[in-house]
Amino acid sequence: MTFLPKPKVHHPALPKNELGLTRRDYEGTITTLCAGCGHDSITAAIVQAFWELAIPPHKVAKLSGIGCSSKTPAYFLKEAHGLNGVHGRMPALVTGANAANGEITYIGISGDGDSLSIGIGHLSHAIRRNVNLLYVLENNGVYGLTKGQFSASADRGSLSKKGEANTMEAIDGCLLALTLGATFVARSFSGDKAQLVPIIKAGLAHRGFAFVDVISPCVTFNDHEGSTKSYAYTREHNVEIVQADFVPPATEITAEYEAGSVRNVMLHDGGWVRLRKVAEDYDPTDRDRAYTYIRERQREGEVVTGLLFISPDSRDVHDQNNTVNAALTTLPYDQLCPGSSELERLQQRFR
Amino acid sequence: MDRVNDFAFKIATANGTGSASANGLIMQAIFRMGIPVTGKNVFPSNIQGLPTWYEIRVNKDGYTARTPYFDLMVALNAATYQKDVAEVRAGGYLLYDSTWPLDDKLHRPDVTYLGIPLAEMCNAAFTGVRERILMKNIAYAGALAALLKIDTDVLRALLKEKFGKKPALMDSNRKAVDLGYDFATTNFNCPLPIQLQAMDKTRDAILIDGNTSAALGCLYAGATVAAWYPITPSTSLMDAFRGFCQKFRVDEQGKHKFAILQAEDELAAIGMVIGASWAGARAFTSTAGPGISLMNEFIGLAYYAEVPAVIFDVQRTGPSTGMPTRTQQGDLMMCAYASHGDTRHICLYPSDPREAFECAVTAFDLAERFQTPVFVLSDLDIGMNDWVIPKLTWDDSYRPDRGKVLTAAELEAAKSFYRYLDVDGDGIPYRTLPGTHPKGAYFTRGSGHNRLGGYTEDSDEYTEVIDRIDRKIQRAAKGVPAPLIKAQPGRTLGLVTVGGCHAACVEAMDLLTKEGIAVDYMRIRGFPFSDEVTGFLESHDINFIVEQNRDAQLRSLLMLETGVPIEKLASVRYYGGFPMSAHHVITGVKARLEKAA
Repeated sequence: MTFLPKPKVHHPALPKNELGLTRRDYEGTITTLCAGCGHDSITAAIVQAFWELAIPPHKVAKLSGIGCSSKTPAYFLKEAHGLNGVHGRMPALVTGANAANGEITYIGISGDGDSLSIGIGHLSHAIRRNVNLLYVLENNGVYGLTKGQFSASADRGSLSKKGEANTMEAIDGCLLALTLGATFVARSFSGDKAQLVPIIKAGLAHRGFAFVDVISPCVTFNDHEGSTKSYAYTREHNVEIVQADFVPPATEITAEYEAGSVRNVMLHDGGWVRLRKVAEDYDPTDRDRAYTYIRERQREGEVVTGLLFISPDSRDVHDQNNTVNAALTTLPYDQLCPGSSELERLQQRFR
Repeated sequence: MDRVNDFAFKIATANGTGSASANGLIMQAIFRMGIPVTGKNVFPSNIQGLPTWYEIRVNKDGYTARTPYFDLMVALNAATYQKDVAEVRAGGYLLYDSTWPLDDKLHRPDVTYLGIPLAEMCNAAFTGVRERILMKNIAYAGALAALLKIDTDVLRALLKEKFGKKPALMDSNRKAVDLGYDFATTNFNCPLPIQLQAMDKTRDAILIDGNTSAALGCLYAGATVAAWYPITPSTSLMDAFRGFCQKFRVDEQGKHKFAILQAEDELAAIGMVIGASWAGARAFTSTAGPGISLMNEFIGLAYYAEVPAVIFDVQRTGPSTGMPTRTQQGDLMMCAYASHGDTRHICLYPSDPREAFECAVTAFDLAERFQTPVFVLSDLDIGMNDWVIPKLTWDDSYRPDRGKVLTAAELEAAKSFYRYLDVDGDGIPYRTLPGTHPKGAYFTRGSGHNRLGGYTEDSDEYTEVIDRIDRKIQRAAKGVPAPLIKAQPGRTLGLVTVGGCHAACVEAMDLLTKEGIAVDYMRIRGFPFSDEVTGFLESHDINFIVEQNRDAQLRSLLMLETGVPIEKLASVRYYGGFPMSAHHVITGVKARLEKAA
């Protein structure tokens, strides 16, 4: 990873958001990933989502683990604090940072090795705690930086670049998240920006752990025939079942679709997620049904995408712990220290 | 000869039978009588049924180290009779439950037997299995009150404080105390020659364990985020912190001004601490050696990315699971250099619960001033046993040293900000917190970075940063608490130690002096070592390095860090799991001196 700043020259006609910022203001340094890498498309979708939501970049913290995916926070939101931690343990860092200051918008970027092998324990427990975080798993089924080993998300039977078949079952991040009680579960494809951007926006607005698994082909080690994480395979097999749209707070919800096909789920900040069901028999607020549906379609060889599940009554870790509304980092010291006379009184207990 | 206020006794029971409350009662009563007292809880890593002991030493001169010589043994666990009777000093006493005939294993010609039918009396006086078992403990406490002359008014007052709001329990406890007390006064010549007499030596003292005092230190230091994974012997630190927070950090609406996160493992616990500190909170974790082993990876990140973190290591006996309920100083080396690559960490070594309180506060100041992890190396003996210490005091003018953190206004006014630039030439760069200002953003990473905070694989850029961090940490030698030195001109022998060995060393030095062996003393309180440490070692021909681990880890650290020749550093060690005793020090010192002679 080298450090390539982007020139700061903007085209004067670039559109601006409510803050007067252009998309360029939400970018980072120039990517050093391989040309055509799915991760760069995800970065572009993240830039677009933050720009559309008009979140001040310096009110965001972006964290990651180790791996190709984990390099990408350098490539967006240059005015946000970044923390590139250790392999697999980004969820722990976010959990702590979020406990200290819950007023920041947190985005965590991870990969399939980072999330589903070395870090599966931390991911699982961050989901259980419902840490308020958008967690993007950039999923390519392969270890890129160490050159081509299968990852835990590689499907059984999928072929490596050398032609060896993977003999083990894949761990499906979405099924894992559903099982662990995740309050927001989505799957998308790096090549489908139209689907991905609204999912990212909804995930950022969701109060709680928003898990987004994005199939993001590795052009160098896993884009060949026989791989089930290639561009060609994913394009052919992905089936969108729920289209999500993020509706900002204070926007009137009007029924545009036939009754039954649209469902609006209110978010904590007053915004809405508008879910348009593409599959007739799907209910994105029914966890058990979502799980079964994904499994059934997997058996048919389909990769279902969209906002697969959302819980309308999500309580994040601060809600559960009943923390004060202000960030703990902003509490003045005199509210934290009981002082000398209280210490004197307290010590009667130890007499 | 009467031995007033100078003896030790030990109570052998099985754990889970309720003996802890009876033992605590005795301890507290002696403390309230104004007599210096030490209690050592020797307990198994188990919940019910295994042998457990409680050792109480009473010493009018204030020697608080553990003593392995017992004048009285309360032997109530048949499983350990043989071992227990062997620990009684010749001419001592053995109290046993005479509901059953005296076990053959307990026979010893030089011991006086005090048989009390505890089970029989309690079965007659109480109904219900649990109550009968529990009250046996209170009954032996009553008997000890008569035998040792514990002030019964004090005892009664304590019972009232404990059970005043629960009349039924109060009655049972009183009845049980009386059963034991009356039986002893009727059947034995009370008090025994080993006996108590009220003093005035604990008036300004408290009876507290070091985990509780450390938790109090964290509260007073303004810590708001704590993350941990339960592990003996550090668990009670976080339990105590939670208790204090619930008392002092809940607002009128019932909202919490703290976050305590029970992590999935120690790897996550330290990650949460680093995340919280990075975001600007005072955050800490408490753990033991096995936890530090797991935390090594993240500690390296915090060191290199320069994120504050406070880590309490309540040391226990290693390696591996070791003996989780026994004490040791086995992590001195690991904490000093934790993690891969070149690292060196600030360590503080409290010697008792009072210093655990003070070190907690100091640790947060140093962690934020130097932007680095700081270890507080306590141990099981300090952390879990009750110590008589002078009352804790607090200076209300104290304000946390948050180190070099730029505000939004400072960033607005600044031309530029680079996270790892040594602007002041003291090795400590400026930090910013997330959410402060667009100009404050930087990318924190554990990968190679240059002084501007950019990623680098350039040899010179990498070296520049890693060398500056080394200078920064070396500078902290002046920031850690200075060594405690007691020296007189002309002495050629030095006794050097850390942490909980202090009590044994103080007693040993007095005893050695009586034998004509005069030694100077240095107790090291922080790492990196200051010049004073080196100076002390250099100015003595032989320095006895007293510590509780097999491999002489403190001595190794001193060799590596001070450059003092090995010939000057003699090692005195005990590492069997009990707190160190004066005799360990004396034996070690004499053996070395005899070898030299």
